[in-house]
Amino acid sequence: MIETLAAVAMFATPTALAAIGETLGQRSGVLNIGLEGTMLLSAFVAAMVALWSGNPWLGLVSGGLAGLGLAALVGLLCVARDADQVVVGTGLNLLALGLTGAWFRSLFGQSGQLFTVPTLPKAGSWDVLSVAAPMLALLALWLLQRTYWGLTLRASGENPVAVEAAGRSVPRYRWLGLMASGSLAGLGGAHLALVVSGTFAENMTSGRGFVALAMVTFGRWSPVGAYAACLLIGYLESLQFSLQASGRGVPQELLLALPYAASLLALAFVGRGVRSPAALATPYRRAK
Amino acid sequence: MLRLRGIAPYAVALSASGLLFLVFRVSPVQAAAVLAEGAAGDRFAVARTLLKTTPLLLCGLGMVVAWRAGVYNIGGEGQLLAGAVLGASVFQVAGAFAGAATPWLYVLVGGLGGALWASIAGWLQAYRGVPAVISTILLNFVILQVLLWLVNGPLQDPTLGVPLSRRLPEAAMLPRLDRQSDLHAGVLIGFLAAPALWLVLYRTFWGLDVRFAGANPEAARANRRPVRWIQLGSMALSGFLCGTAGGVEYAGSLGQIGSGLSQNWGFLAIPVALLGGLDPLGVVVSALVFGGLYAGSDNLMRFTPAGSALVTAFQAVALLAFVATRAELRRREVAAP
Repeated sequence: MIETLAAVAMFATPTALAAIGETLGQRSGVLNIGLEGTMLLSAFVAAMVALWSGNPWLGLVSGGLAGLGLAALVGLLCVARDADQVVVGTGLNLLALGLTGAWFRSLFGQSGQLFTVPTLPKAGSWDVLSVAAPMLALLALWLLQRTYWGLTLRASGENPVAVEAAGRSVPRYRWLGLMASGSLAGLGGAHLALVVSGTFAENMTSGRGFVALAMVTFGRWSPVGAYAACLLIGYLESLQFSLQASGRGVPQELLLALPYAASLLALAFVGRGVRSPAALATPYRRAK
Repeated sequence: MLRLRGIAPYAVALSASGLLFLVFRVSPVQAAAVLAEGAAGDRFAVARTLLKTTPLLLCGLGMVVAWRAGVYNIGGEGQLLAGAVLGASVFQVAGAFAGAATPWLYVLVGGLGGALWASIAGWLQAYRGVPAVISTILLNFVILQVLLWLVNGPLQDPTLGVPLSRRLPEAAMLPRLDRQSDLHAGVLIGFLAAPALWLVLYRTFWGLDVRFAGANPEAARANRRPVRWIQLGSMALSGFLCGTAGGVEYAGSLGQIGSGLSQNWGFLAIPVALLGGLDPLGVVVSALVFGGLYAGSDNLMRFTPAGSALVTAFQAVALLAFVATRAELRRREVAAP
């Protein structure tokens, strides 16, 4: 039972970290479609650093930093300037796909090769990030709902003009939201490489960043809701392995489609009646 | 000045992506020469370019309709796959019918498949409040797995040990335009669809509605334009175009479906559409440019194993630099008195 729970939490963690960060980002008014690319590039950086230094912790930190770097790129274009967030995010995803593909092939040859990276240590069947993720969700919830900082962050996403009128800087809170989104997605990518798979393969995130985006909506823009939603995804993902192992007659491909179909169904039925932050994906221009 | 302002984003995009080649220790000049040779060096190169341009162009046009209506369709890839999957399923069920119209029928079936798949997302956005950005992405993954399941199961060619569907007979494939290269009549579709879409967008009432709903949905609603229907319709047309690309790939180039059905054409079409200014005629130009780049990218392998991944990165850098320059110019415009 505990074993199952640990497996579910482990599979959920990469997506959950990204979803918790993105919840903060979206509450501040920035939609980061580039989550998928952020996770992919961070997974690559984390795997490479861990491979060369032999130290998975160093890999973890560099994965987070890589995520932060990509978030800064989004911030420069979408917060400091007013570029379209969906366009920039799409560009980011392509950039990560292209760069990781090109670097990976330059390093390991055209077909790629299997290698294992040093993984993060586990206590029993729990690794540090799987334990930290739910705590982070609670922390983010507390920050959002119980602190003045969180109130201002939410206001930046709901009514930026009011934030400005209160003498606070909208760009500043959006930068902070974006940093949370980028660094947590980076840690999520690193977790995927350093714990879940212990290696890197081209396009290994295979849509987890996109699922995280869907889970933010499914979780009703609450960090804890997002984490819970990701647990469901983690459960489906772990189910895939146990069903495969038991050799029951469910086609593996349809099982792989399950998380995506489940998110879609969930959104179709839960999506209505829940309001996204009013100023989400709307660039803020300071009034004169 | 105005003209310079129009060109500047493209110039910055080109130089920024040139720098990318330096990062991978490939001389941009050499790379350009190699790419150009691979894209237009001889008739085979030109045929290759046209074949790669076609899915980019059709999906790019699909992106234009949806994005102009204010629906962020990221699911061109899934809609392309849906088109090819429906085409292959029809072939499996109905068998090969005879007649010169057969291959064109498969292209049409592909379009319908894409339209159906996109309409799910259109409906979800218009009536269930689920943003298309998210639903189309999820639908991409669902259809990819459905495709893999089909070619490993119900649609698999029993005589083959590999996950591929039964091959269309030569008579049911689009006619060849050239005896030596693989150039087929499907490449004409994209070049015909572009001006047709231009006419629809700029010379019909529905096209006006689409642009109106995209530019200012509230104003459109206030003018009693049926914004939901317009968005749903534009998604269906968008999916139809992407599905057509799938149908052309199926009945023109491949003749069977498998996991290698699409080389991310539906994703790569998004920057193609954006760099083409979300204008059908602009998309023709950018699709030709990127079609040429992908056609030439095989040659890049001589310099670096990165190959086509480098072209993807190139495309991304070009897009980001383009968007950044435009945002910067806009900011200065606003700042100027």
